[in-house]
Amino acid sequence: MTKSEMAEKLGEKINVKKQQAEDIINIFTGSIIEALARGDKVEIRGFGSFRVRHRAEKEGRNPKTGEKVHVPAKKVPFFKTGKDFREIVDKGLPK
Amino acid sequence: MTKIDIINRVAEQTGLARQDSDTAVETIIALVKGALANDDPVILRRFGSFQTRAKNPRIGRNPKTGEEAEISARKVVRFKAGKHFKQAVNNKSD
Repeated sequence: MTKSEMAEKLGEKINVKKQQAEDIINIFTGSIIEALARGDKVEIRGFGSFRVRHRAEKEGRNPKTGEKVHVPAKKVPFFKTGKDFREIVDKGLPK
Repeated sequence: MTKIDIINRVAEQTGLARQDSDTAVETIIALVKGALANDDPVILRRFGSFQTRAKNPRIGRNPKTGEEAEISARKVVRFKAGKHFKQAVNNKSD
């Protein structure tokens, strides 16, 4: 499912134009990005939580040339699946 | 930040009633969950993608007792952040 397909379904459900539905999706994802960018975490019950994980610096290798390269420390967004979401993916939607 | 904060932002930025903003956010969450339950990946540009991954069974250990236990095969959700999201948490813009 792409953003465009999601916008179509959301628009039908809440009775707004597709463009406004897409704006709402962008506010949803944008709020999560902004929260993590300022070091906050986002917890959505039944869905999961987004937080920032810190990766230490390391010596890596260019897989093509085998050359050693220094990979600096960085932060990465991490999503932990919530219990309800985990269960429906593993066992299917409740009948 | 929790779901309430996101709902408030949707209401403020769109002018929708609080009730409709609540329905909108719940619908987005339900759409992502429903797609993944059917193994359909969700790809949201500038944010990232959610997809399911099959995990093989493996032998694990109860960290408390040290006892071995088989962890059955399962399907899990994997979120891969998009470039824009990754850059934002490192305070870079694109």
